[in-house]
Amino acid sequence: MSLFELHYDVPGDDFTRAGEASGDVKAHLKKLGFDPSTVRNVVIALYEAEINMVIHAGGGEIAVSVDPDCIKMELTDHGPGIPDIELAMTEGYSTAPDNVRSLGFGAGMGLPNIKKYTDEMVIESTVGVGTTMKLRVDVKE
Amino acid sequence: MTVKELAQKLNLTFLCEEDPSREISGGYCGDLLSWVMSKAQSGDCWFTVMGNINCVAVAVLTDCACVVLCENAPLDEDAKTRAGQQGVNILQSEESAYSLSVKLGEIL
Repeated sequence: MSLFELHYDVPGDDFTRAGEASGDVKAHLKKLGFDPSTVRNVVIALYEAEINMVIHAGGGEIAVSVDPDCIKMELTDHGPGIPDIELAMTEGYSTAPDNVRSLGFGAGMGLPNIKKYTDEMVIESTVGVGTTMKLRVDVKE
Repeated sequence: MTVKELAQKLNLTFLCEEDPSREISGGYCGDLLSWVMSKAQSGDCWFTVMGNINCVAVAVLTDCACVVLCENAPLDEDAKTRAGQQGVNILQSEESAYSLSVKLGEIL
């Protein structure tokens, strides 16, 4: 059974609010006494995924489940979907528009960073329907 | 060395003086936010030209000691408000990231 669960609605195209969910999760995990390394892994992965939702999918929903030995995150959107997940996972590959790049995003590091900082990353995506990303970060001893 | 001491030594101007006694343990230089998220460490002094609200989010999530906007890069008004709410030190300098990084390296 989870210690607790958190839910967030992420608005689309609102970069002023991007990062709010990640920041809130960070505060909760720190308060619960999780080690800094675990907290860092969770918030980097979650922030990248959150930004992806804002840039590409018009927002979505985030569910976070906190267990003593791992943190699970599920991000669901109803955006355009990812036609080629393998290509999207390539470091440096990006479909972000220029206005997003001018904000400092769109380096093609988002999905690779998520994979790097999580212990499990599963993407299910259907073009025209949306994308679900399931992430797990294990608590390191 | 604290953020306030660094400001004095490098002649930096505080735009948001939220936690000037915060200790600086290292430095990072970059403008691509995903890259910075991945590489910057807790306690770093982060040199960048990105003064938007997302830079504040990255500073919070990476737990940087402070953000220094180089070459007088501007700080957006909503970023300033958010930095105040989240306790992020933001400073500004007319010098380049390279110049400031060299000086920080000599001091630390």
